[in-house]
Amino acid sequence: MRFATLVFLACCLLFDSPAIAQDRQTVIRDTSARVVKIFGAGGIQKLHSYCSGFLVSKQGHVVTVWSHVLDTDSLSIVLDDGRRFEAKVLGAEPQLDLAVLKVDPGIDGLELNLPCFDLKQAIDVTVGTRVMGFSNMFKVAVGDEPVSVLHGVIAARTRLSARRGAFNFPYQGPVYVVDAITNNPGAGGGVLITRSGRLIGMIGKEVRNKHSNTWINYAVPVTEIREPIEQIISGNYETQRRETDEETPGNYKPVDLGLVMVPDVIFRTPAFVDSIIADSLADKAGLMPEDLVLFVNDKLVQSVKMLATEVGALEKGDTVTMIVRRGEELVTIQMKVDIEQRN
Amino acid sequence: MDARSYCFSSLVLAFVCLTVDAYAVDPAVFEAQQKRIEVVNKVAPSVVAIFGGRGDGGGSGVLISPDGYVLTNFHVVNSAGSFMKCGLNDGVLYDAVLVSIDPTGDVAMVKLLGRDDFPYAELGDSDKVKPGDWAYAMGNPFLLATDFRPTVTYGIVSGVNRYQYPAGTFLEYTDCIQIDTSINPGNSGGPLFNDDGELIGINGRGSFEKRGRVNSGAGYAISINQIKNFMGHLRGGRVVDHATLGATVMTLHDGSVIVKNILEQSEAYRRGLRLDDEIVTFGSRSIRSTNQFKNILGIYPDGWKLPLTYRRDGRKQEIVVQLRRLHRKSEMTPGKRKRPQPRVIPRPEKPNDGEKNEGEKKEDDKKEKPKSRQIQLPGAAPAPPAKYKHMYIKKEGFANYYFNKLEQDRVLKALELMGSFSDLNGAWVFKGSTSDKRKFDLAMTDSSVGLNFNGQPAATQLLDGKDFAEKPKGSGGMLMAMHHFQLLLKHGGAKFTEFYYFGSEPLDGKGEKMDVVVSVLTGVKTRWYFDPRTNQLVGFDTTLSPDEDACEVRFQDLKEFAGRKLPSAFVVRSGGVLYNEFDVDQVVFVEGDQQAAR
Repeated sequence: MRFATLVFLACCLLFDSPAIAQDRQTVIRDTSARVVKIFGAGGIQKLHSYCSGFLVSKQGHVVTVWSHVLDTDSLSIVLDDGRRFEAKVLGAEPQLDLAVLKVDPGIDGLELNLPCFDLKQAIDVTVGTRVMGFSNMFKVAVGDEPVSVLHGVIAARTRLSARRGAFNFPYQGPVYVVDAITNNPGAGGGVLITRSGRLIGMIGKEVRNKHSNTWINYAVPVTEIREPIEQIISGNYETQRRETDEETPGNYKPVDLGLVMVPDVIFRTPAFVDSIIADSLADKAGLMPEDLVLFVNDKLVQSVKMLATEVGALEKGDTVTMIVRRGEELVTIQMKVDIEQRN
Repeated sequence: MDARSYCFSSLVLAFVCLTVDAYAVDPAVFEAQQKRIEVVNKVAPSVVAIFGGRGDGGGSGVLISPDGYVLTNFHVVNSAGSFMKCGLNDGVLYDAVLVSIDPTGDVAMVKLLGRDDFPYAELGDSDKVKPGDWAYAMGNPFLLATDFRPTVTYGIVSGVNRYQYPAGTFLEYTDCIQIDTSINPGNSGGPLFNDDGELIGINGRGSFEKRGRVNSGAGYAISINQIKNFMGHLRGGRVVDHATLGATVMTLHDGSVIVKNILEQSEAYRRGLRLDDEIVTFGSRSIRSTNQFKNILGIYPDGWKLPLTYRRDGRKQEIVVQLRRLHRKSEMTPGKRKRPQPRVIPRPEKPNDGEKNEGEKKEDDKKEKPKSRQIQLPGAAPAPPAKYKHMYIKKEGFANYYFNKLEQDRVLKALELMGSFSDLNGAWVFKGSTSDKRKFDLAMTDSSVGLNFNGQPAATQLLDGKDFAEKPKGSGGMLMAMHHFQLLLKHGGAKFTEFYYFGSEPLDGKGEKMDVVVSVLTGVKTRWYFDPRTNQLVGFDTTLSPDEDACEVRFQDLKEFAGRKLPSAFVVRSGGVLYNEFDVDQVVFVEGDQQAAR
């Protein structure tokens, strides 16, 4: 049976041999037209306000990575020909680091007929396959410019034990690791394709190897996320595990750092500091009562609940950066978490 | 083994045979490999490893002519001194001298000395480069090659016509080529070649972020077509400037680009461009974003004339505008400049002070360059090699005035071919008829220039140093222009307060490039145009003051008058409008008597 698998894999390789590959320029042109630049929230500190995405329907469904960039009411999507659309988040699955957006055609019922990938045509490939990556890394492209294209080889298909800031990487499935530097700022949501233009994967956001502390270049196989994407588009997707509270390691509570937050009374209570415990970490770091916590590390904190989640995920020895609003100004606070964890 | 499994096994076997057969390496792979080897072998001799005069620092460059002209980055030569040491892949270290710098475009020119048969790279056409094209970068990353044989990295073009923001107004990368070819410290100034081994760009920059200052998959090369526009300027030893239109633009939500600000003194304004006009094309390229506009502006030197189409109230209008210089002279003077340091590729550390200084290096990256190491080196820059000492002349506004003098001498041979005018101390009188069928005579003496139509005085320009009015009206100052023409013929550059080779540019924005020489006297500036193919003066633009339209004089063929060659006819325009055409029938040189002009 192993033999048969080998044969099958060999055939897959053959299928993408250069002999039958389309003209590369045509592939690049066609793919560039299906990859979009997304501009949204961020721009503060080192949080970039842009990412990449790809069109999966003629009506303008865009697949991208779930990130702080989407956390705004004014998301815009710019095509390679400069066309600009407003967009809304249709659905998201943070566990898969996945979000689906829908562009607003501007006029109700307007047929957009946008160039797009056919998710059904996405394939799995083997190690050694030559690939190209497309993304708007470093926001090199704006307006009517196509995104950047890189070339490389699939180095491995594996699972990642990775971190993003102080947090565990949520996606547990297999990924393709590539030898090209595909995962740069803003590259998340870009695509990995074969040299003949077949869709393989979605470039993930920047993560670091938990053990070696090196940055990883990887993409999530589209075949792994195809089903949830289709379900989100058709409107019958149910979030897999939303009980993030239970999932949080719960290593710390805000009070452990010296933060007493306002009572959590509504669905989304803003993360205002009620008081600060004297001589605590928060006190020494300069946090003050009535500060509104906006970001913890690179995560936008929209409520007291979210703050608890983020703080719970810290590990001993981590350095946490908080951005707080104090009156009219934004203040950045850093503290090293050197106290014992709860568990 | 039962029959079924036997059957299956043979099927598998058959498949494997097929597969193994298909795995045999495609001859095309070997061909491609062979081609790469040939390209590398062909171009490697032209790649230069550049070191400062003390043997410190380091960058790369590329030879573009057999007599040793080399292109590199401004940020490579910025602190390397006037004389450098350059290694080629033959293992020989050559002396080299700084020729010119273009701080805005991050380009510099250096000349290797000691040979007139240097191997050199052929220039390609970077407008033909497309995303996906293979691209070779060569140079000396991390100063790996102690024998100067260049390191080759190989990748694809990730994007073209990219715009990368400058630091202030220096080191701006416009219309540049983005590559995934690995670009690292030490690659700066080195060549980017296409699949045919043609030079398509000069590598100089990368997007670096949290991964440290090494390749992050996005390198940028200055396009060779931009450098071609500056080639004459660079050979002239100058501190070369870029240009501004005198107007800034913004992109509206519908993708149109409109004029956001405009200087009333700019030529664009005088040609009719106003606030809120939509820019449709610029430099014959259509404009759909601000970056595109900046891309086009960034690839031209100041003084270049470019066509521009704008739309107002639905009506399109085409104008030709001359670009103004981007910086004031004082901003371009080396030494007075603040050292710009955006995300250019840093100079590599010396290999032996590698990792132990990691923490210290990070600090340095945030601040300026790690200059301390250079300061610690014993003594100042070493004395230039004795036999090449004469090849460096310091002068304000020039990187090396020696090379400007070379170009002046080359271009001004055209004047010698016109004859000797130095002893013609009397009045000069041009006689003939104009296109509007009038007889004219134009008389020039040391004290005045006068123009008569049909025997009646039309205008007189006094040369007492006080009369700078435009004479005659509508000509842009033709009489002053002709006076300067007389000065040039009689004295060459000697009577002007400033006189230098400027560079080369297409005449009136069209056709082949002409050599441009600039003269200045009491605020009156003239740009003299010489055709390098015919070795002839073909015309000149004289501007009475910087914010007025020039008087543009264009010559027809030269003809013999009184034993000297002068234009058989000339056309005078100003502000895009024809003033008159003058057919010259006769030129009289009056002996000695200055008063004969009237």
